Amino acid sequence: MKDINLKFFTITKYEQIIILLTIIIPLLFYDSPYMQGLFIFIMMWVVLGSSWNLLAGYTGQVSFGHAAYFGIGAYAAGLPFMHWGISPWWGLLTGGITAVVLGYLLGIVVFKLRGPYFALGTLATAEILRIIFGQEEWLTNGHNGILYVTTWVDKYPYYFIIWAIALATVFSVKALMKSKAGFYFLSIREDEDAAKAIGINTHKYKNISMAVSTFWAGTAGAFYMIYMGFIDPEVVFALHNISIITILVGIIGGVGTIWGPAVGAIIMVLVQELFRSAFFGLAPQWISKVHALVFGLLVIFVILYMAGGVVGDWDLIVKKFRKFRLKKATK
Amino acid sequence: MEMVLQSLVSGLLIGGLYAILGIGMTLIMGVLKIINLAHGQILMVSMYITWTLWYYLGIDPYLSIFISVPVIFFLAEAISKYLLNPLIEKESILPENQVLMTVGIGMVLVELARSIFTSDYRSVRTAYSDKVWHLGKISISFPLFVAFAFSLVLTAAMFYLLMKTDLGRSIRAASQDKIAATLMGISSEKITIFTYGLGSALIAAAGSVFLPVYYLYPDVGPLFTIKAFVITILGGMGSTIGAIAGGLVLGIAETFGATYISQGYRDAFGLFIFLVVLVFLPGGLKRFTKV
Amino acid sequence: MSFLVLENLTKAFGGLVAVNKVSLEVKEGEIFGLIGPNGSGKTTIFNLINQYYSVTSGKIYFRGIEITSKKTFEIARLGIGRTFQKVRPLKRLTVEENVMAAAFARETSFEGARKVASEVIDFCNLTEVKYFRAGSLPIAGRKRLEIAKALATRPSLLLLDETAAGLNPSELDEAIEIIKKIRSQLGITIIIVEHIMKVIMNISDRIHAIAFGSTITEGSPKEVAAHPTVIEAYLGTDETLQGGFNA
Repeated sequence: MKDINLKFFTITKYEQIIILLTIIIPLLFYDSPYMQGLFIFIMMWVVLGSSWNLLAGYTGQVSFGHAAYFGIGAYAAGLPFMHWGISPWWGLLTGGITAVVLGYLLGIVVFKLRGPYFALGTLATAEILRIIFGQEEWLTNGHNGILYVTTWVDKYPYYFIIWAIALATVFSVKALMKSKAGFYFLSIREDEDAAKAIGINTHKYKNISMAVSTFWAGTAGAFYMIYMGFIDPEVVFALHNISIITILVGIIGGVGTIWGPAVGAIIMVLVQELFRSAFFGLAPQWISKVHALVFGLLVIFVILYMAGGVVGDWDLIVKKFRKFRLKKATK
Repeated sequence: MEMVLQSLVSGLLIGGLYAILGIGMTLIMGVLKIINLAHGQILMVSMYITWTLWYYLGIDPYLSIFISVPVIFFLAEAISKYLLNPLIEKESILPENQVLMTVGIGMVLVELARSIFTSDYRSVRTAYSDKVWHLGKISISFPLFVAFAFSLVLTAAMFYLLMKTDLGRSIRAASQDKIAATLMGISSEKITIFTYGLGSALIAAAGSVFLPVYYLYPDVGPLFTIKAFVITILGGMGSTIGAIAGGLVLGIAETFGATYISQGYRDAFGLFIFLVVLVFLPGGLKRFTKV
Repeated sequence: MSFLVLENLTKAFGGLVAVNKVSLEVKEGEIFGLIGPNGSGKTTIFNLINQYYSVTSGKIYFRGIEITSKKTFEIARLGIGRTFQKVRPLKRLTVEENVMAAAFARETSFEGARKVASEVIDFCNLTEVKYFRAGSLPIAGRKRLEIAKALATRPSLLLLDETAAGLNPSELDEAIEIIKKIRSQLGITIIIVEHIMKVIMNISDRIHAIAFGSTITEGSPKEVAAHPTVIEAYLGTDETLQGGFNA
């Protein structure tokens, strides 16, 4: 296996292995809807985590309101169906674009803010959208949500759709970070004022980062509508279950790394699922109650001891592990 | 006219409750320079402590302040000492690391509460829970009034502490210029730990007083966290008077909005005001009061 | 045509006037020194030229175009590069990446930016630390990185803000060499703010002295050094001209 050099980025041999594995493993679990469902969720979080990571990890604009874009994407797929019977599948095209438009509009407000104020501003915008979509029943059917009978009963076709979206997300981030825009994103993250002094139109590049990020978040939202067949504002605009979990996925995997959010998504879904299922029934039942607690503790642990996340601090982790083995061996 | 008055009174009373939330947050934001996204979750823990004391031992919620406040104070000091302060020295890509840590802490607190108490709604029924005073055609809920009066007392006490005592002066010094404060012999580490404890103790007290008014469930926290930062931004970071003003403004805005515009949008009014203030009035109401 | 013109430039922060009606003209190709005691407004003038601060009154012309109300990034693109007194490298990026980020001001391709960066890095004697993280450089390296970043944007005017502060004597000589080279080899006009008299007297063609935001005098290094108000202003602080010369 060799690295494949494309015009805008390289697919290293490790990445080729990852891509192959993400095809083969789900095929092995062809007849387990449960496992397929898990893989689909992992991929969805890869999309959300990576999209957040571009804006927050690489551009330094820590969004606490990514649910806004996920949610608007979901509704972009769902609303035309509800009102005019247009297939939600069009959402895969329109969801991302709608999210970009929303991102641009909200950006007019939130990009006036910096640091923690930006975080609060994005959080507030997402919450306002959640409330509006819950209240304007004539438009959104309110908390009753939108129901759609899913196209397929089998899950594996959905898996390959979200798999393709996830790959597109990760590699679009990778390509961007190898380009002029990527350097500009990093410059803005490190020092916005110094970035201006070397000729960077920081406002423009923050918007570019926002656009790409929200596009993928919106597309993930549209996919959610198609796949789940049901959305309501409390689910798709959720502060904790979407916005916050997106951030935590990024942090655990490693902010500002290409594959960090993907690793974070795998860890998040697997840890929660292992505990939820009480290690597939092998452990005592009460363990299933603490699945989210374990994830919270993991977050605290990572922030305290591996600020760079699993991918960002990988060298450090390997070094520690070697030392540990050495100690054992010498004993 | 009566409706206006009634809205105003209810708004003021709720605003009083919000003011305590705001003072706790404004202290923490002013000194630690972080947004404490575990704020409402700490309030939630205090509410569960109060509820447990009432349910199992029959202790009146107002009395349990004497237990919930010290418990939360020490819990928060431990959080600050072992989880937040160590991050100051650590290099990380995102400067918001401490904020993210409070998210993790909040999540753990919620999930702990959920695994102990389940997700069921709880409330405290006391003799005075539904008691209402009537002033002409205006009604005043007794528990809300107690909470309001209590918040006034607490606010006055905080004001005294911050303005008149050495400890308060150290806190204010640290919130204005950490380095200068350190040079003057104030241990900034101790002050940050103490401030986080104090801010949390304030919301612990709020929790005990809120319980007769609000339902309790593990996810109740974020609602209050958001209100707290709305108040803080509205009033101006680090300003006690600002927090009180912010609390009252939020309370009145919510009540009037709910009465005259839409009940469903109740929680959105604050957020909207918040965005407007962030963008157009950075510094908040503090600009006008200068305290 | 004058290269850079400041016309009655004034900046007030609230009631405090930091820069008061300063007028000066810089000619193409010269090294123009700006001196004055601490807090006299030198850095503020730089911040006004590249529009970190908005001008209260007065005008700035660069190559005949008024730039008084342009945005910071536009000014950089017009060809005014600057360094910061408090160095501001992009800490977690390598030296090469730092310079590349700046090079993208004129280059669009990755390879193009890399090439420019490589040239500039060699020019500033940073080749050995090319792949080091900028945050790990010692102060002298960081100062040179500041210059490299500014040069990578291909400026025709360079504003150097205390590039020599905090350097030891041999580092100082190296810095002076680089500054001289910038003009002689790259033909870039330089305005330099400096506290260390050895540097500024040595390399400037003309010097403009300010105190409390206002102009005291302007002229050749010798003339300025002999000016009574300048001597007084410097005796007023702990850095005397003499001391400066010996440093």
